[in-house]
Amino acid sequence: MSSSPATAVLDRNGLDALVEALRAEGRTVVGPTVRDGAVVLDELTAAGQLPFGWGSEVEAGRYRLVPRADGAAFAHTAGPQSWKAFLHPQREKLWSADRAADGRVSFAAERPVRPSYAFLGVRPCDLRAIAVQDNVLTGGYYRDDGYRRRREGAFLIAAECTEPGATCFCVSMGSGPAAEAGFDLALTEIVDDAGHRFLVRVGSAAGEAVLSRVPRRVADEETASTARNAVDAARERMGRSMPPVDLRTLLGGTLEADRWDDVAARCLTCGNCTMVCPTCFCTTTEDVSDLTGDHAERWQRWDSCFDLDFSYLHGGPVRASARSRYRQWLTHKLSTWYDQFGSSGCVGCGRCITWCPVGIDITEEAAALHDELADRLRRQDAEETQR
Amino acid sequence: MSAPKLAVFKLASCDGCQLTLLDCEDELLTLAGQVEIAHFLEASSAVEPGPYDLSLVEGSITTPADAARIREIRAQSRRLVTIGACATAGGIQALRDFADVEEFRRTVYARPEYVDTLATSTPVSAHVDVDFELRGCPIDRGRLLEVITAHLAGRKPDVPDHSVCFECKRRGTVCVTVAHGTPCLGPVTHAGCGAICPAYGRGCYGCFGPSGSVNLPALIPLLRRDGMDERDTERFLRTFNATAFAAEQSKHTGNGEHTESREHRS
Repeated sequence: MSSSPATAVLDRNGLDALVEALRAEGRTVVGPTVRDGAVVLDELTAAGQLPFGWGSEVEAGRYRLVPRADGAAFAHTAGPQSWKAFLHPQREKLWSADRAADGRVSFAAERPVRPSYAFLGVRPCDLRAIAVQDNVLTGGYYRDDGYRRRREGAFLIAAECTEPGATCFCVSMGSGPAAEAGFDLALTEIVDDAGHRFLVRVGSAAGEAVLSRVPRRVADEETASTARNAVDAARERMGRSMPPVDLRTLLGGTLEADRWDDVAARCLTCGNCTMVCPTCFCTTTEDVSDLTGDHAERWQRWDSCFDLDFSYLHGGPVRASARSRYRQWLTHKLSTWYDQFGSSGCVGCGRCITWCPVGIDITEEAAALHDELADRLRRQDAEETQR
Repeated sequence: MSAPKLAVFKLASCDGCQLTLLDCEDELLTLAGQVEIAHFLEASSAVEPGPYDLSLVEGSITTPADAARIREIRAQSRRLVTIGACATAGGIQALRDFADVEEFRRTVYARPEYVDTLATSTPVSAHVDVDFELRGCPIDRGRLLEVITAHLAGRKPDVPDHSVCFECKRRGTVCVTVAHGTPCLGPVTHAGCGAICPAYGRGCYGCFGPSGSVNLPALIPLLRRDGMDERDTERFLRTFNATAFAAEQSKHTGNGEHTESREHRS
């Protein structure tokens, strides 16, 4: 048989069969679907629940679902959630403690359940985000057992990006629009005169095994090149870009910039950017006791550097001003993340731009900081020349 | 060791917040086993004299009699926790603060001299020290239990000061402002309700009052963009926590009016 599983083509029935095959393995299939005027991530029982015929128009602080005539399933940009909602859920029990009648206290660690997820339609930017969270939550000092268990069992099906939105800048961050690695299967959607189909590439043995159970055909050269061209064209159509400078150095050198006051005047400190960010991982713990005091539980829940309590030490929050909180977020994301975890914390998905109610734009803020720094350096040079 | 004495008092209010305590149906028997419910007229006309270990106070101060009474309640209470928008911010009845109460009195009542009322409706914290303020109109049942449980355990209650947006994002609600263009006070409103309204597709109307970190000048242009004129915007901000939001506004306009209220957090 000449059909190498390395590249194949699925039609819509093949996509249906793919979801069925994953569910038959006992996996919980999660993917994009339309709810409440947006493409959200939710459990799918059939491929028909994918957002066929829906795209999105986005701008800073604005998201609108728009119908598409071509019936494409993966032609939308990032919605309000990311896969961290499943891998790093917003609230999770860590342990519980009980006090017996004789006063003895016993502790029981929560054994995290090990769901077997299959994520269908992971954008390359989000694949990178998962890799970033893997590094933070399993790779270093701050290990999160629950995350590791959920992650180990997860099967990732990427969907390469052919329809970038106005807030996308993955090219600047080197995370898209092509899926290079970190997937079990990678799809590229094509809708043209030759039909609605998906080029499939295999990224792992598990991916190959699943694909072998799905009706498919061998990838022809034309489909493969059409797919490549669509992804290459997406590369040229990014809505936004970061200033082409070393962001790590830029943020490290602009800690006292006036721009922070400017952005603080616009910032609601509502926390939306951190909640939608696919790499933001911060949590706080919550100790719960019942009325009798005989049963206590410790829970972990998402927190945000925009929350005043986040930096609360004795007497008050260390970062009380909006200026200091926004600066903390941006400098960590683009600069000190390297010191801590060896990479940028930004993947260029654009969620923080789209889902910020007042439309604060991370690329615009970085550019303004760059301009202010350049201006300052120019003036310093001029002063030295005068002397 | 005798059980701690719990008291519930009511000032100018609708009773909804103290009813929340009776709504704790599953926990009520356990609670009754942990505390002595010494004063709770909504539940029983039998009252025990003070002092009380924990007093929950609902309602705002709108009469000279209540202004005196809250001092007596404070004197009888080891810890005093105010519950609900009336007690923490003056409530809907604080709309009088923006108008002429004398005119209301003459217009509405046949014998206005029988009505002994103050010109303002003020939160309890404007009169006496308050140990903790639990916001909401009405308060959330789970948070009330948390406050009582935390008191019994001698720990700080876990009642975050952040915005309703945190709760929307955690429960996976699509942002009604960003995705639908619906005016919403969520970004400036104190969490605690679980973001109920946006989950049903409508904007938050601020019934938990301002969050711990409010930027109204940044939010108001969004309300205007999404179809509210100046009067709509004013009315949106003047509901159950009218004076608390007005105090936030005056921080930016330099208007010194309504600068009292929400200072107390334990």
